[in-house]
Amino acid sequence: MSYLVHNLKTVPSGPRKVLYLNWPLILLVTAAASVGFLMLYSVAGGSFDPWASAQAKRFALGFVMMLLIAMVPIWFWRNMAGLAYVVALILLVAVEFAGDMNMGARRWINLGFMQLQPSELMKITLVLALAAYYDWLDISRTSRPLWVAVPLLITAVPMFLVLRQPDLGTALLLGIGGVLMMFLAGVSWKYFMAAIATAGIAITVVFQSRGTPWQMLKDYQFKRIDTFLDPSTDPLGAGYHITQSKIALGSGGWGGRGFMQGTQSRLDFLPENQTDFIFTSLAEELGFVGGVSLLAIYALIIAFCVTSALTNRDRFGALLTLGVASTFFLYFAVNMSMVMGMAPVVGVPLPLVSYGGTAMLVLMMAFGLVQSAHVHKPR
Amino acid sequence: MNPNDRNTRNGLRRITRRGLIVTGLQAGFIGLLAARLRYLQVNQAEEFRLLAEENRVNIRLLPPARGLIFDRNNVPIAENHQNYRIVMVREQAGNVDEVLARLTRIVPLSDEDYAQALDSLKRRAAFVPITIAEQLTWDQVAAVSANAPALPGVTAEVGLTRFYPLGSDFAHIVGYVGRVTTRDLEKVDDQDPLLQIPKFQIGKSGVELKIDRSLRGFAGIKRIEVNALGRIMREIDRKEGRSGANVQLTIDANVQNYLEARMNGQSAAAVVMDVNNGELIAVGSAPSFDPNKFVTGISTAEYQALNDDPYRPFANKTVQGTYPPGSTFKIIVALAAVEGGLIDLDETVTCRGYMELGNQRFHCWKRSGHGKLNLRDSLKHSCDVFYYEMAQRVGIEKIAEMARRFGLGERLDLPLNGIAAGLMPTKRWKQRVIGSEWRIGDSLNAAIGQGFVLTSPMQLATMTARLASGRAVVPKLLKSVDGAKTQTAFPPDLGISASSLRAVRDGMFAVSNERGGTAYSTRIAEKTMRMAGKTGTSQVRRITTMERRQGVTRNEDLPWERRDHALFVAFAPYDAPRYAVSVVVEHGGGGSAFAAPIGRDILLEALYSGPPPIEAYPASQRTRIMNERKNLPLRRPEA
Repeated sequence: MSYLVHNLKTVPSGPRKVLYLNWPLILLVTAAASVGFLMLYSVAGGSFDPWASAQAKRFALGFVMMLLIAMVPIWFWRNMAGLAYVVALILLVAVEFAGDMNMGARRWINLGFMQLQPSELMKITLVLALAAYYDWLDISRTSRPLWVAVPLLITAVPMFLVLRQPDLGTALLLGIGGVLMMFLAGVSWKYFMAAIATAGIAITVVFQSRGTPWQMLKDYQFKRIDTFLDPSTDPLGAGYHITQSKIALGSGGWGGRGFMQGTQSRLDFLPENQTDFIFTSLAEELGFVGGVSLLAIYALIIAFCVTSALTNRDRFGALLTLGVASTFFLYFAVNMSMVMGMAPVVGVPLPLVSYGGTAMLVLMMAFGLVQSAHVHKPR
Repeated sequence: MNPNDRNTRNGLRRITRRGLIVTGLQAGFIGLLAARLRYLQVNQAEEFRLLAEENRVNIRLLPPARGLIFDRNNVPIAENHQNYRIVMVREQAGNVDEVLARLTRIVPLSDEDYAQALDSLKRRAAFVPITIAEQLTWDQVAAVSANAPALPGVTAEVGLTRFYPLGSDFAHIVGYVGRVTTRDLEKVDDQDPLLQIPKFQIGKSGVELKIDRSLRGFAGIKRIEVNALGRIMREIDRKEGRSGANVQLTIDANVQNYLEARMNGQSAAAVVMDVNNGELIAVGSAPSFDPNKFVTGISTAEYQALNDDPYRPFANKTVQGTYPPGSTFKIIVALAAVEGGLIDLDETVTCRGYMELGNQRFHCWKRSGHGKLNLRDSLKHSCDVFYYEMAQRVGIEKIAEMARRFGLGERLDLPLNGIAAGLMPTKRWKQRVIGSEWRIGDSLNAAIGQGFVLTSPMQLATMTARLASGRAVVPKLLKSVDGAKTQTAFPPDLGISASSLRAVRDGMFAVSNERGGTAYSTRIAEKTMRMAGKTGTSQVRRITTMERRQGVTRNEDLPWERRDHALFVAFAPYDAPRYAVSVVVEHGGGGSAFAAPIGRDILLEALYSGPPPIEAYPASQRTRIMNERKNLPLRRPEA
């Protein structure tokens, strides 16, 4: 491959690669994760157990994996993309049969040393697969219907499997992630216009199906949407999460109640405050200043990824970096919207901050790929 | 396919453009998130802070003051006293053992209490105040406060607790309160949230138990701020509850006190009742106990001592104790005979000291016999043979029917525990319960109040009141509840001819006013207060033929529990009856010698609403009575 030959001249090799890592990005990722440790420590009532220390160990493992992945040339990962996608798909199917039930959902596979959540893994392998697909595809064919159908299928199959778990939030993120990749790759505007129109119709149909035997969403999913539209109707039941979350946020004010001083998010008033609702604890204890600071860290992570992608003349690397950035964005945008009462309550963690092993590892691996693309980009 | 096409400028430019569009949208959304955060945390902070407060407000119940209990003259019987108690908070105490050890130097704790306090302190959450000691004196509270620096986490609190100023006098009537137990909660289907308050006091016996719901009142509400752990930060506001209803009893505390003092040292019961409206003036059971001990917590040893006492201090003998009525039952038999027209008032029966029936001999208490007597004399001398004859004429069914009209064998409705129905046997009853035929001998025994017949002192007083008034008087203990007089229907006429009633009353007059009457020695000298009574001596053992031949053993030579019960019933004044009295002295001996004097004394006390003038007693007894009075263990020495 000629571009490879061309690249080899400019791409750093050996230990020198370390100098070419995107260090500001590494720093930002570490900062975000540190905010997570801090909040997990606070939520546990000033204790490293049970969350903060476990989370730190996973971050350390993820950090090493990120560096290792970064050292490996990006073209190796491009060649691996298809295989990774198939493996993730197999795991998703396996979860159907061998997954562990937890809180009414079958999402985890017990690997012995950790609980693996294949749907999290799929988020990144999907981006990888689509980036590889558009790298391989001739640009002139990008908008041809047949070549639009393939990435749609690549996205729809895992989406369908995740929806069956059932995990509406992750399924939506996968779908949006896939569509974003297609948009970035340059699929014609017309398709997206058509898709938006179709989605409008589909949403109508889904809501019409409510209460009929062919109901398309679970009752609790409908209920979550209902209470999203008007949480005050059921303040102690389904709307409890959102109402309590907003109360906690609001009581934080400008400067917050002080680290470990949050009364609302601690123990009783808010459940799941170490996972999906950790942002409420942060915003209550550290206030608007703390919340916006985390948001700024996230924005900078996106910015550094985008900068890296836009200066990358390698199509695969650029697409992959933008895809990872978009996925990362979707994570925190959906989570924060949900916590702030702008979106329904769906199980989406706050990236790098929420307690959760798979999400942390997968994200760190994704940043590893971003780093690899950054180090090995044609200069 | 030219591989270089993948990296053509065109392809890359498209990614650049689309990438910038997506990034722009993302930046916009991040801005939106920041704006939303600012709106929630800064603009709406005040509102959400208020909501957060609401999350932290807790509601606590305020126990209401329990209703007070007074006697008929508004003398307090049950009050609420301030109760100083010491509470300790573990997390403030630091070294619990050390602080507790220091505390015991000021407030002595029994080993049991100490262990219990230590256990609760270690078991409950660190911030929960644990009550270490209750019912402290003001001096102890002051000492604890003065030593506060050495006693971290220890504070004195004040609450209300029940106090019975008249002590043992009302232990059986008013009863006592105690802490709610899980057994209480299981027993009653009561949704009152007050019962969930630990150590809340509810009625455990007597009036306190029977009208507990009225006395208890309704809970108030206090709103307090707690943190997420439930620790109390401060009180926000409170809504006071409604105190329990005050209750007035028909009892006269002075007569009651006299009655208890008069029966001191004996196992006895006595009732004084207003014959016209059934109001109970005094209801005493001896020996008694101090109900305050149960409020503060009685020691196991003390409880055991009271429980094992053969005189049974816990029993309210006036309603729970049932005794063979002995000769007092002759009133009923006489009435049944006269009312049934089975004997004329001047008709006589001859008593030879016994009556033979088949091959059995039924003895009169007087072995030599009474000779010829009419109804009046039969009551006056309490001749047994006369009533053996009456029993055969009237029959058990008619006797039982008459007894029922006088309230015997039926459970009286009073707010007291364990009210016994007693027993008025009939042929059917014996067939059903004993399983054998009623024999004429059973009727003879019943006619002199022996055998199967059982009555309580309360029933005997009711019987006497009904005889005196001719009306179906019902005993009444509650005069008013929460200021409203308790309504009772005017007692209906008994439906017994005035002449029959007069004949029996006349016989009873002879008993206690004519020489030879069994209660002549305990007569009342004051003409306007003269009483009509009937003595009774009921056997609790069978006198064998052998013993009768050798001479019946004197009561004094028998062990206490085999001696006869002494009974006495009376009403006074004879001309215009006001009070009826019944006295039972368990294993006291003869009714005339042991029960009648008590009956006379308490009747006089009631008639004069206090100590009677010494002139009310026969001249020959005045010196002795004066001396006896001086030695009475009265609560307040009589003026």
